[in-house]
Amino acid sequence: MGAPGPRGVLRGEKNLEKITTDHPHGVGASAARPDGILKVRGEFAYSSDLWAEDMLWGTALRAPHARARIRSVDVSAALALPGVHAVLTHEDVPGRRTYGLEIEDQPVLAVDQVRYHGEPVAVVAADHPETARRAAAAIAVDYEVLEPICTEEQALDPARYGYVHAPAEYRGKAAGNVLHRQRVVSGGGVTDAVRARADVVVRGEYRVGMQDQAFLGPESGLAVPAEDGGVDLYVATQWLHVDRRQMAPVLGLPEEKVRISLAGVGGAFGGREDLSMQIHACLLAQRTGRPVKVVYGREESFFGHVHRHPATLRYEHGATRDGRLVYVDARIVLDGGAYASSSPAVVGNAASLGVGPYEVPHVSMEALALYTNNPPCGAMRGFGAVQACFAYESQLDRLAAALDMDPVELRQRNAVREGSLMPTGQRIDSPAPVAELLRRVKALPLPPAAGPDVRELPGALSNSTHGEGVVRGVGYAVGIKNVGFSEGFDDYSTARVRLEVIGGEPAAMVHTAAAEVGQGGVTVHGQIARTELGVERVTIHPADTGVGSAGSTSASRQTYMTGGAVRLACEAVREALFARGRARYGWTHDDLSLAGGKVVSAADGVLAGVAELLGGEYVEETRVYRHRPTQPLHPETGQGFGHVQYSFCAHRAVVDVDVELGLVRVVELAAAQDVGRAVNPSAVVGQIHGGSVQGLGLAVMEEIQVSEGKVRNPSFTDYLIPTILDTPPQPVDVLELADPHAPYGLRGAGEAPTLSSTPAVVSAIRAATGLTLDRVPVRPEHLTVQRPPTG
Amino acid sequence: MEFLRPATWDEALTLKAELPQAVPIAGGTDVMVELNFDRRRPPALLDLGGVAELGGWESDGAVVRLGASVPYTRIIEELSGPLPGLALAARTVGSPQIRNRGSVGGNLGAASPAGDSHPPLLAAGRGVQVEAASVRGTRLIPIDAFYLGVKRHALEPDELIRAVRIPVADGPQQFSKIGTRNAMVIAVCAFALALHPDDRTVGTGLGSAAPTPRRAVEAEEFLAGALAEGGLWESGGALDGAVARRFGELVAAAASPIDDVRGSAQYRRHALAVMARRTLAWCWAEYGERLERSAA
Ligand SMILES: Cc1cc2nc3c(=O)[nH]c(=O)nc-3n(C[C@H](O)[C@H](O)[C@H](O)COP(=O)(O)OP(=O)(O)OC[C@H]3O[C@@H](n4cnc5c(N)ncnc54)[C@H](O)[C@@H]3O)c2cc1C
Repeated sequence: MGAPGPRGVLRGEKNLEKITTDHPHGVGASAARPDGILKVRGEFAYSSDLWAEDMLWGTALRAPHARARIRSVDVSAALALPGVHAVLTHEDVPGRRTYGLEIEDQPVLAVDQVRYHGEPVAVVAADHPETARRAAAAIAVDYEVLEPICTEEQALDPARYGYVHAPAEYRGKAAGNVLHRQRVVSGGGVTDAVRARADVVVRGEYRVGMQDQAFLGPESGLAVPAEDGGVDLYVATQWLHVDRRQMAPVLGLPEEKVRISLAGVGGAFGGREDLSMQIHACLLAQRTGRPVKVVYGREESFFGHVHRHPATLRYEHGATRDGRLVYVDARIVLDGGAYASSSPAVVGNAASLGVGPYEVPHVSMEALALYTNNPPCGAMRGFGAVQACFAYESQLDRLAAALDMDPVELRQRNAVREGSLMPTGQRIDSPAPVAELLRRVKALPLPPAAGPDVRELPGALSNSTHGEGVVRGVGYAVGIKNVGFSEGFDDYSTARVRLEVIGGEPAAMVHTAAAEVGQGGVTVHGQIARTELGVERVTIHPADTGVGSAGSTSASRQTYMTGGAVRLACEAVREALFARGRARYGWTHDDLSLAGGKVVSAADGVLAGVAELLGGEYVEETRVYRHRPTQPLHPETGQGFGHVQYSFCAHRAVVDVDVELGLVRVVELAAAQDVGRAVNPSAVVGQIHGGSVQGLGLAVMEEIQVSEGKVRNPSFTDYLIPTILDTPPQPVDVLELADPHAPYGLRGAGEAPTLSSTPAVVSAIRAATGLTLDRVPVRPEHLTVQRPPTG
Repeated sequence: MEFLRPATWDEALTLKAELPQAVPIAGGTDVMVELNFDRRRPPALLDLGGVAELGGWESDGAVVRLGASVPYTRIIEELSGPLPGLALAARTVGSPQIRNRGSVGGNLGAASPAGDSHPPLLAAGRGVQVEAASVRGTRLIPIDAFYLGVKRHALEPDELIRAVRIPVADGPQQFSKIGTRNAMVIAVCAFALALHPDDRTVGTGLGSAAPTPRRAVEAEEFLAGALAEGGLWESGGALDGAVARRFGELVAAAASPIDDVRGSAQYRRHALAVMARRTLAWCWAEYGERLERSAA
């Protein structure tokens, strides 16, 4: 499949487009990150490093209860402390008191009740962060503590357990404590007649724990009051314009008076898609007339952002004896927590992607999200597809065992390909090499057995085994993720590109509002400008609301969407430049391109230098890029052209399990993924490595433990994420099968690897232990004293 | 908050006597966490970094006098021979950064049931003593009497730890810990074992298994008895599987663990039994090799 490229990346043969310029730092090159050296040296300015003369420090008082009525709030003791400049409650909110990404159900500050542990009740500004914290502690809140609604059973029985929100407040498709519901029915659904056609049936109930994004840079920002009565906010976020859309009505300001600039972001993974400290800092700045900085500590960060939805997934798969899927009947229940966040879209993904990358003639699927008094859940890398993938891949393993068939072969036999129909009725109209990805990970040589060094054994330096009880297992999984915003959402991105001459050299400036959260957007946008404009010097303008929306840095979409917008804007700049040449020199060529700072005709060679053509002027163009439109899913059948693009990744996990102690060491985690076009091959490999490790974390350690609505481990002491000693070698095989609908044929790459790594690791643990294992993360208890049945 | 920086040991003791609420800080890997989480607001910090004596160790061949502030990294590098159990435990502490700063004195001062120094100190023999000093003088606290409760120890408010006195190992020692990831993890539970051929006793230490670190006394006596009965101290002959199993059971029985976010009580008991059997097998194999070597 082509010659190996840089870092083991394989070039596909089906590249659709010939890139106009083979620029050494352009599209397809592993160009270096502009922020890389600063970050490695600790010199990069993160949002927590912001500073202004005369600034105050803001902090929030958060509820210690999961569900309580607020009888009274007394702020007088806090206000009396020297150095305190403001203490605000919901009564001080000038505009709308609630906000939300899809449903405006979340109070800026609690009004008459709190619905989750950690909900903000009041905010304080003081001249020192310590003073602010002391003042917050001095606020007296009188709570009437209520029994929290925590489980599916409680949420679905509001007559008995009550409502998280008053029924009159439910908006959208919400009713009772059901926040959103989506069904998908295809092939007439799963009837008795359909069931009768299956020779083998397997059932399972799977659970996924609450994972956290665990980004390292805590929520932080600086709000500066402006002379025009507006506010300038510098903040680490994922989508500047949607922050503004939610903030302006609360602050009682028109949108143009809320100006947001992106500050240095220390990771996001979905956790910055909802607002955190943005409105609080702005309210305090408005009230005090001084700049206000808010920085969460690690513990507050665990309360300050949404998490991945915990889920219960009940699946039934029917297949013929020769391993053809006949039907999938499934119900996915997601715990949305106290507020809606992006739960409706997460439900849509879980429902529409819930059978996985398989051809299934008959599907009956229902996915729903519940309101509870647990922490709010929303966007996290993989977005609804992660939970489903753990369940359907576990089912495929179970089915393979029941059929006595090789699990990879069973998957390949049922894998979707280009032209397959999804259960939504959407035909896959670009490459879908699912069987090939599985073949590739399976064909890799297996790693050797662990040596005598304890660091190579489960438990590693903890010295818990010298080989006793260690059993190796191998497991496979594959997943499907949508790219971009789905279900009819008007998803677009804006880019402004300027071409000018600096120091006698042509230079481009790219201005977008795309949030660089560590994914390397600024790198690829520069690469695109170099390729399209044939220049070496590209500057990335800081992201702000001075240009149109770039949409969210989520849904694996920014290289596709903002990359697409940068390309469009570059093409417009190029055309404007050629138009000057035609006007000035009477060119009539239709074979012009830009290369090496010159206008080149294929037939006549160099026509003019860009510098000469521009004179002292510049060319600037702004363009909006939209992906092809999608459709909403039918509420009862889920039918519709719901997704822009699909992305696929397969994993093979090799683990060593100490079966007596229940400790796991992942020995190797190999991945194969189709990315359409690797705009930056080393960044693609980085995304696959990072996503895979996040999935590994969910498989064996990462969980926010909640009991009775209370978070029990809000710290990195007890919310464990993989260390480098938990991170195995990860061979990566990248395919580039172009998608004709996408810029450069690329396929969004950031999320797919997060899906299949979790079930692959668990499958390998099952292979080593013979246990069924229907819950992640798998804890040592589950492999030992609370063993599930073997199966 | 005041920041006191004594340059000498005597000055440190004087300052501690004058201001008993001053919190000593050695490597700071516990103290700074407590301050950052706002769990503690002491009026003063007493920085022991300037007191040279605390940062060194000495040995007369029988007992190592380990300065309170000697970091784990140096214990691993310099004391793996005389104090193998403690050195093995030191390897499991935190990350390289934490091992460069953290100390046994700090681990004792924090007195967390999860502290990794405690099990090997408990196992290392009756002679292990914490050298506690104040302007009133020095006293030696037997390690068994040092741990009083969760994060509570036997120091008086005006006392500081000068050193820990630990007998040089006279037989094999092992340490095992359970963590749900492969590095940088607080023990779900931990176990240390030391064989003492000189007086034919066995030492054990359990971590994260009770409100304080503790020994499994019955298990120690059972194993010592079984070894004596079979003449195994002399022969180094194979251990009966039943002896190892019973030893594991008695170790597990000595624990009174809880259910918490790190693990269940049931799992902790189970894992202690497994670690006890395994460390016994490793120690016994090493003991046999030693006998063979000395016979040859
Ligand atoms: C990321 C991280 C990981 C960790 N991992 C582990 C681990 O795996 N295992 C483990 O056991 N611990 C771990 N710890 C806890 C800590 O590192 C250890 O307890 C360490 O031994 C503390 O030593 P220190 O010198 O840093 O103590 P400090 O923080 O300086 O002091 C700790 C306590 O001892 C008191 N103290 C210090 N010196 C004296 C003295 N001479 N006399 C009297 N009192 C004194 C202090 O007042 C304080 O109460 C970890 C900590 C962190 C931050």
